[in-house]
Amino acid sequence: MAERLLLRHRDLPGLGELPGYQAHEGFEGLRKAVMTMTPAQVIDLVKASGLRGRGGAGFPTGVKWSFLSPGVFPRYVVANADESEPGTFKDRELMEHNPFQFLEGVAICAYAAQANLAYVYCRGEFWDLAHRLEENLAEMGRAGFLGARLLGTDYDLDIRVHLGAGAYICGEETALLESLEGRLGQPRLRPPFPAAKGLYGKPTVVNNVETLANLPLILTRGAEWYRGFGTEKSPGTKIFSLSGHVARPGNYELPLGTPFRELIFTYGGGTSSGLKVKAIMPAGASSSILPGTDEVLDTPMDYESVAAAGSALGSASVIVMDESVDLGWVLKKTSEFFNHESCGKCTPCREGTYWMLHAIERLEHNRRSVGDVALLRSVAAGMQGKCLCALGEFSVVPVVTGIDRFQADFRPDGRDEP
Amino acid sequence: MLREKYPQEIERILAIYPPDQRRSAVMPLLYLAQRESGYVTRQAMEEVAGLIGLEPTQVGSLVGFYTLYHDEPGGTYRIQVCTDLPCALRGAEAFAEDLCRNLGIRLGETTADGSVTVEAVMCLAGCDRAPLFQLQTADGIHYHENQTVQSALELIEHLRRDGGRG
Repeated sequence: MAERLLLRHRDLPGLGELPGYQAHEGFEGLRKAVMTMTPAQVIDLVKASGLRGRGGAGFPTGVKWSFLSPGVFPRYVVANADESEPGTFKDRELMEHNPFQFLEGVAICAYAAQANLAYVYCRGEFWDLAHRLEENLAEMGRAGFLGARLLGTDYDLDIRVHLGAGAYICGEETALLESLEGRLGQPRLRPPFPAAKGLYGKPTVVNNVETLANLPLILTRGAEWYRGFGTEKSPGTKIFSLSGHVARPGNYELPLGTPFRELIFTYGGGTSSGLKVKAIMPAGASSSILPGTDEVLDTPMDYESVAAAGSALGSASVIVMDESVDLGWVLKKTSEFFNHESCGKCTPCREGTYWMLHAIERLEHNRRSVGDVALLRSVAAGMQGKCLCALGEFSVVPVVTGIDRFQADFRPDGRDEP
Repeated sequence: MLREKYPQEIERILAIYPPDQRRSAVMPLLYLAQRESGYVTRQAMEEVAGLIGLEPTQVGSLVGFYTLYHDEPGGTYRIQVCTDLPCALRGAEAFAEDLCRNLGIRLGETTADGSVTVEAVMCLAGCDRAPLFQLQTADGIHYHENQTVQSALELIEHLRRDGGRG
């Protein structure tokens, strides 16, 4: 196992407590930032590290920060802790077991963005976790890492926790901001992007939990050190959430570029049934589904290579399915999810997810029809590139790639429908 | 009567957001409203609306949009089983059905004594510990992971006998 930078609590007992965290470089990154660097220097350092957003899009973090509208204040930072992608459970482990590294990351990001107030938007299901984070924040305040004139500088920062209430769409950053403003969690038309008009119409940085948890060590140990992990274009380590038909599901922190085979077999122990891997979804339910061929298994898990293999790394939530699985059923499950989670704002997604689910259910019940697959394709084509946000697009990719790449599972028996 | 019953809690919630952004407090206020009876009554919606300057229908639309708010009474304990794809690959659908059969209900229904509602929900970010469910009560949500029908039934028996938050 490579060195862990994020799931360090597995190697360092007591890291989840403030004294234990401080004993292992805790808050040295924040101290260095606020006491010796300007916000612009912090942004440059994060740019130099090559850190890319871990929420799914993989956009360079420092570049995202540099888009903040100059001279407009107040600014806000929002940590996206709305982890809801089926197959993803990494942010939860980070926040449960290494909370201070995450919260220090929020503070560093806030300093770089020149924000004096940051929110952690936690999905409502993380009720217990959110309450523990509030306690962690109170401890940080007592220790001088938060509040007015923190660490004796002239920088003020407060971090507060906001609890969502069950809506996958709130992981989309503009829907998250709407929700934080007390509205339905429905995405905004972009531009303007949150860096220009975000929370309460002010410049805002929204970053994923795992992204933020990378910051303390980047500050402490430097960009060159960080680039020693991963690949040139995808530096650093990544937490892969491994689930499905594997013997040892769980979170595995590995360098970006580790092949699927290593994750699934070396760490995950292969399929629990011993059957061959039939299909892999590398980005949770939102994945283009990959067949379990040798070529795919040998693909390095970095943003570029997985894209070249015909999918996307996304949040690196690797769902493994063995040969016992029927792709028709898989598509029914993903379509049920997206139909339930569509926010209803734009018509292609609201109607499309509904009809896609109905077409798949009909296909499941009625394998005779040549027309059902064509109908499904036509609904999918009616959505692709036409939805307001990525959710609609996500709902289509497993369906289209499932049908195309696993044709045997969708072969009609030749009779036409009545 | 939230204002009379929880004045300090309401002040604490409002203080989380900038003074000119009271609307942001609607979500925590709805959790507070739900604390009484496990669902948000019409009266509570009106009261929450009044606290932050919204119309009751606006608050009602939020209750409808977010799955963790309820506008109808359910069981004292809502057992919300994740049956999404990764959990289903580990037997979550069969788990939910077996649990319901043992309780004499169908998925989505409440037991005759009004104590337990079993619901299927979307991903809970616990895919590696399926089958799992969250237990939603009037005052919180708690995870129960790596479950069997037996362990779930034992928990239910315990809750029915001794109460508590699970």
